[in-house]
Amino acid sequence: MDKNLKDPIIRIQNVSFQRDDKVILDDVSMEIQRGSIVAIMGPSGVGKTTILRLISGQLQPSSGSIEVNGNEVSAMTRRQLYDCRRDIGVLLQNGALFTDLTVFENIATPLREHTDLPEKAIRERVSAKLESVGLLGTEELMPHSLSGGMARRVALARAVILNPKIVLFDEPMTGLDPIAMSTVSSLIRETNDQLGLTSVIVTHNVNQMKKLVDHCYILAAAKLIAQGSPEELMRSQEPAVDQFMNGRVDGPISFKYQNDRNNTAASLSET
Amino acid sequence: MNPDWTKRIKILTPIAETGHCGLFLVRMLGSIRLERGLLISTLQQTYLIGARSLVIIMICGFFVGMVLSLQSINALQQFGASDQVSLLVGKSLFRELGPVLTALLFAGRAGTSIAAEIGLMKATSQIEAMQLMAIDPVQRIALPRFLAGLISLPLLTAMFNAFAILGAVMFSIGVMGLDPGIFWSKLQTGIYFGKDFMGGVWKSVVFGGLVSLIAVYFGYYAKPTGEGVGTATTRTVVMSSVLVLIFDFIMTSFLI
Repeated sequence: MDKNLKDPIIRIQNVSFQRDDKVILDDVSMEIQRGSIVAIMGPSGVGKTTILRLISGQLQPSSGSIEVNGNEVSAMTRRQLYDCRRDIGVLLQNGALFTDLTVFENIATPLREHTDLPEKAIRERVSAKLESVGLLGTEELMPHSLSGGMARRVALARAVILNPKIVLFDEPMTGLDPIAMSTVSSLIRETNDQLGLTSVIVTHNVNQMKKLVDHCYILAAAKLIAQGSPEELMRSQEPAVDQFMNGRVDGPISFKYQNDRNNTAASLSET
Repeated sequence: MNPDWTKRIKILTPIAETGHCGLFLVRMLGSIRLERGLLISTLQQTYLIGARSLVIIMICGFFVGMVLSLQSINALQQFGASDQVSLLVGKSLFRELGPVLTALLFAGRAGTSIAAEIGLMKATSQIEAMQLMAIDPVQRIALPRFLAGLISLPLLTAMFNAFAILGAVMFSIGVMGLDPGIFWSKLQTGIYFGKDFMGGVWKSVVFGGLVSLIAVYFGYYAKPTGEGVGTATTRTVVMSSVLVLIFDFIMTSFLI
């Protein structure tokens, strides 16, 4: 990733985010390089998902600026925001497939919405994407008949069907068995490199991330406490980083209520 | 959902929410685009919430017609006027009972399912996923359901009325032995197209918009939890029932 160091596709500068009186993010800055896979890690409820929502423009920062592709997200109108989101694919927790549509229709939805492709071309592109996630032949299944790992792969196919520049992953490994985890993990790497994407992964799964990502950010108590490659972080002497990376109970990161800021989904502002 | 200051003054909350709901309606209507997708999804929803409510509407209509004629004959007999029963049944049906009872049934049958469906889509992040795909969920999810409700309720009211008349016929003529000729001629000459019939149609259009607006609104702003979805469905039934009856009085005082 060092070769791309001067080409950040997402630039987060001194961002703070508050809800009511709670500080969820405090003066966080990140530069996410084009073409890399980046993990944002930290204990549950520390504001990781909030960062994704700030990048996708679902939330507005209390202060600071967020640039995606050189455009300031918080200054956009709803129309501009929707245009900008065509370049961003998102894989939400548990995939969030549309339960009333088949696998095929789920993946075809962004194409039908944002392109004028004829039915035949849509069919071809959906099949190609399904093949790349190893699920060719599942087109007519409904989401409820898919396993967790399959649903996640369908959601990945849907997230990249428009060939976005950035893909945001919200806890892509949660609730998967080890084999499915590795499958999803290697798919993320493959799609990222094949399509020239930039992937931002929010997770607390240290073991999977060690193998997958180029660069890590660690959040704790609303602040960015460390960043670097997974190897650097594993060797870090910083007590909080060491505690998190190695999953120790004792350390500077407290698991008492004051650090629990786990309420982002409940009062999401609609955009 | 509401501006902070309205939370402190309790009485302002419903007013603020009414305004919020009105803005939602404006946003929904503003997102209308004349395209095939909207037509298809509106027709689909009309089938799902309209056609699927038919059986319950027909059964209820039939029994309402029977009980109405039973009560009317019973009361009219005291004045020796039981041959006027079709007039009384027809007037009360077309003007009041048809639109109001259908709207109440519709709120329970279709309103709840709309609110629960949208609430559940929200709880499982499907709405969020749509927004992130740059698809406006108000346009894609809320609007077709609203339009479908607007179309369905007048049609369902017509079915309700038809089956109620059928029930009245079966009871008055079949059971009580009234003369069919008198029954039908009273109905034909006594019911006016403009005041009696169209008055009911206007009501059912307004009720259809009201019930489906409330359902999509509460569903769309449901808290994304199981409890939130439950609250949204309950509030849909309660609010639409109350508002249907209030609007019924207001509209009647203008239409009469």
